[in-house]
Amino acid sequence: MAAVKETVETVREAEKYKYGFFTDIESEKAPLGLTEDTVRFISAKKDEPEWLLQWRLDAFRRWLTMTEPTWAKVSYPPIDFQDAYYYAAPKQKVQPKSLDEVDPKLLETYEKLGIPLTEQKMLAGVAVDAVFDSVSVVTTFKEKLAEAGVIFCPMSEAVKNHPELVKKYLGSVVPTSDNFYATLNSAVFSEGSFVYIPESVRCPMELSTYFRINEKQTGQFERTLIIADKGSYVSYLEGCTAPQRDENQLHAAVVELVALEDAEIKYSTVQNWFPGDEEGKGGVYNFVTKRGDCRGANSKISWTQVETGSAITWKYPSCILRGDNSRGEFYSIAISNGHQQVDSGTKMIHLGRNTTSRIISKGISAGKSSNTYRGLVSVHRKAENVRNFTQCDSLLIGDKCSAHTVPYIETKNPTAILEHEATTSKISDDQLFYCMQRGIGEEEAVALIVNGFCRDVLQQLPMEFAVEAQKLVGISLEGSVG
Amino acid sequence: MSMLEIKNLHVNVAGKEILKGIDLSIAAGEVHAIMGPNGSGKSTLSYVLAGRGGYEVTEGSIRFKGKDLLEMSVDERAAAGVFLAFQYPLEIPGVTTMTFLKTALNAQRKARGEEELDAVRFLKLVREKAKPLNVTDDMLKRALNVGYSGGEKKRAEVLQMSLLEPSLAVLDETDSGLDIDALKTVAEGVNALRSPERSMIVITHYQRLLDYIVPDVVHVLSQGRIVKTGGKELALELEKSGYAEYGADAA
Repeated sequence: MAAVKETVETVREAEKYKYGFFTDIESEKAPLGLTEDTVRFISAKKDEPEWLLQWRLDAFRRWLTMTEPTWAKVSYPPIDFQDAYYYAAPKQKVQPKSLDEVDPKLLETYEKLGIPLTEQKMLAGVAVDAVFDSVSVVTTFKEKLAEAGVIFCPMSEAVKNHPELVKKYLGSVVPTSDNFYATLNSAVFSEGSFVYIPESVRCPMELSTYFRINEKQTGQFERTLIIADKGSYVSYLEGCTAPQRDENQLHAAVVELVALEDAEIKYSTVQNWFPGDEEGKGGVYNFVTKRGDCRGANSKISWTQVETGSAITWKYPSCILRGDNSRGEFYSIAISNGHQQVDSGTKMIHLGRNTTSRIISKGISAGKSSNTYRGLVSVHRKAENVRNFTQCDSLLIGDKCSAHTVPYIETKNPTAILEHEATTSKISDDQLFYCMQRGIGEEEAVALIVNGFCRDVLQQLPMEFAVEAQKLVGISLEGSVG
Repeated sequence: MSMLEIKNLHVNVAGKEILKGIDLSIAAGEVHAIMGPNGSGKSTLSYVLAGRGGYEVTEGSIRFKGKDLLEMSVDERAAAGVFLAFQYPLEIPGVTTMTFLKTALNAQRKARGEEELDAVRFLKLVREKAKPLNVTDDMLKRALNVGYSGGEKKRAEVLQMSLLEPSLAVLDETDSGLDIDALKTVAEGVNALRSPERSMIVITHYQRLLDYIVPDVVHVLSQGRIVKTGGKELALELEKSGYAEYGADAA
């Protein structure tokens, strides 16, 4: 009996963070620390044009004058930005042209992550731009997309092949001066995806990127730029995992979305970076700036996020509703367990007339975690007839966690109609007892109740993601009861 | 064969003794009614059978189909065949009745080492079970018990029972909050589930329910003890005389 128990425990332990394996590939790193030379090193590695190097250096010099923001409800020991590597690329002799040429170890890693890289899985209709540390390994389905005129490629490739687009839009939503982490990203970003959907094109498939931090002590600084030209539509999925480590890893990404007239962008994220171990050791520090610009009239940007990982999450996917009649949406599930700290929410900046926004946020806190919703709805002077609906629901599991809601509402136009609803609830013992009396095990019962709580948001996810997200909800709450 | 064997059961709730030595033996296929005034320990008995937390068994034993029930967790008891129809069924927001039923049925099947039902087979089964109970597809698509009327909640409980096919069903005040038509529908549903392999405990304050679900044995519970046992005529007697003679306030 004891042996059986031990085995069960060992298996459990192993399953705790099932993506916590490490791929042993020699990599090419920039020297430790961050100086102008590091920035030049990265730029040179990427073979970038002079204007981009200057853009980076400009950001770097500005970054030196900035201080880390402290307003979020998260606490962590000071980050030593000089004690990290800012560039790491798997060493490969030649650039791979097809899957067969890719290092099998890399593919093995992807296999474990369940990324649909293989031909058959591609038939499922997901095009993947996989980012392994900093270099994009392989981009699939490019040809089919090219037929539709869609550009979907690593950022570094876009810089080479579509400089005019990159130059026009890079930093146009999140300027280099935006905030501490975005500025840092501007200086050292090494990879990310670039998407351009031409006028009146409906992107023929869901685009998907899987990011993964592998190299020890490297920050991941992707930069993603999506442009939907007039009347176009694109749905973009982003999934993230990181291997398990004792030290903390820094992730400071920037995502910029631009929707021109009548265009629509749907951006979905499932984030399960390593959250740290049971004592709160290790885990990813996730400081991310995501912003969409509804630049044209009647455009729409919709953010959907399922956040279950990271030791610290600092993330506010926002919409600037510049075009008249444009619409912004934010659907979020943020689950925190163990010692995780989440400070997340959105900003809806209403600049145009008749702009509308909708915010549905579901925060679930378990263990000793802290979960904060922080959101801003701002209505500018000329924005007539703005409508916003905000709903923030918090669910507590156990009595050692906390939930906070910090909504900011600013309006300078009297025609605005803004609604805000908030609830806080606990999974009751009675509900658990009821489910268990029907034969449902305790953890499954919690997962069931939490999935019910999140239903409004889960319904917004693309089908293939929704199933994964539901499972993830269950996995991330393991051990949260009893 | 004995389905349930309760011997000298003493139960404390928050340090106070509520059940003070219950002996009860139920054979397979029998329907026992437990009647009694408020506060006599009827609901406590149902919760102890189901294994709810906070009910401390200080003495005595419960054997279910020959096994020690008190050793089993709540979900293990359910999978073994104990079903409790709640007096106040809980709301599970965002979880459709359909999803809940499927999760419960498959969890029990899995625990028993049986194959889980796929969506198609499950749907067919639910529709078949739902029809006689007048549970519509619309109800199945709504979140479990959320916004249900009293009658709908109780019908949903009976539907769960019908689907899960327990060996021992405990019906806790299933008649409460029901008008006569709803009561008839629920009772018909319950009667349809009577079988030689299935035992039932019908807990009620009033005789009314027992006009429709006719018991084999009636027990009177008062102040934590079974004070009288008889046939179905005992219920009618109680209807006339009330619980006063059993040392409790008539509620």
